[in-house]
Amino acid sequence: MNAEEYQERQVELAGWPVNLASYRLGAEWHCKADNVSPGAALTRTTGATREEAEEKAVKRAEELLARTKRHTV
Amino acid sequence: MADYSHPETLVSTDWAASHATDPNVRVVEVDVDTKAYDEGHVPGAIAWAWNTQLCDTVRRDILSKEQFEELMSASGVSPETTLVIYGDNNNWFAAWALWQAKIYGHADVRLMNGGRKKWLAEGRELSTSVPSVQRTTYHAKAADLSLRAFLPQVQQASAARSSGLVDVRSPQEYTGEILAPPGLPETCQRGGHIPGARSIPWGKACNDDGTFKSADELRALYGGEGIDGSKPVIAYCRIGERSSHTWFVLKYLLGFDHVTNYDGSWTEWGNLVGANVEKGAAASAKG
Repeated sequence: MNAEEYQERQVELAGWPVNLASYRLGAEWHCKADNVSPGAALTRTTGATREEAEEKAVKRAEELLARTKRHTV
Repeated sequence: MADYSHPETLVSTDWAASHATDPNVRVVEVDVDTKAYDEGHVPGAIAWAWNTQLCDTVRRDILSKEQFEELMSASGVSPETTLVIYGDNNNWFAAWALWQAKIYGHADVRLMNGGRKKWLAEGRELSTSVPSVQRTTYHAKAADLSLRAFLPQVQQASAARSSGLVDVRSPQEYTGEILAPPGLPETCQRGGHIPGARSIPWGKACNDDGTFKSADELRALYGGEGIDGSKPVIAYCRIGERSSHTWFVLKYLLGFDHVTNYDGSWTEWGNLVGANVEKGAAASAKG
């Protein structure tokens, strides 16, 4: 087994840049969402298609990122 | 990798593919996301979980010598083993594991350059089998604490400006705009940075494919912020794993003599009663 069709792209979710890395392992698509800075993993999802895996990751990442409080400096 | 000060501390994905099952090599995956290994890993690799196997789970600390010896023994590692560590997030917790292995004197420990991300992107073989290992009896050396900074040293360094303090968190964590990486739980009472610290986010040391930038690029990155090895350097982040990545860069890729990782990091400093905190982008201390 190996990762096929590996792809990364950046999106903005809840005001934060997020990196989506997706690839196929066998028949299953995997997606990992990281916040770009610092690069911490937010969620890992799977789906029957790249779109489905990414959609699940985006949804969960948005939920987590929406909780981030910005403080006045 | 030849222009690094210690190129022997890195292996390429090619090298790992050829040597992962050599009898004297033990490849270990250490991820932020501890489920990643189960999805598929470098054939022959075992896994260590950063949150249960690479720290004391009762008090906040790194592994004791005895705990480190047990981990190595259970992993089939001897003092002569070449340990090759890799992981997700461009080797965040892989560097944390390497830092502890260096503290306990393991002679030959290396990072796989580019980590899990590069392995996946290159479409290399993945295994879901967990290899069986033959237990050893590992004897570690006494902890080399010259690689680790504790709070009193950091307080002294901040007050006297006697060391270069490198804050490797995101710019928003450095300024105090946010108290934790976006999407993660807040673990401190106050935001900002240690007075005198320079902001050099860890990720600036990496290329898009997860590998480390060239020695010239790294020298320019850190030198541009006054971190050139002319005085001791202390790296910190939130809990010490991102800063162990930067510690590795400064210590082994640039060859600075005196580099320590302050693993207490902002989770300690940002919860201290009465600690001086600097907010915003200014580098000058406020007392």
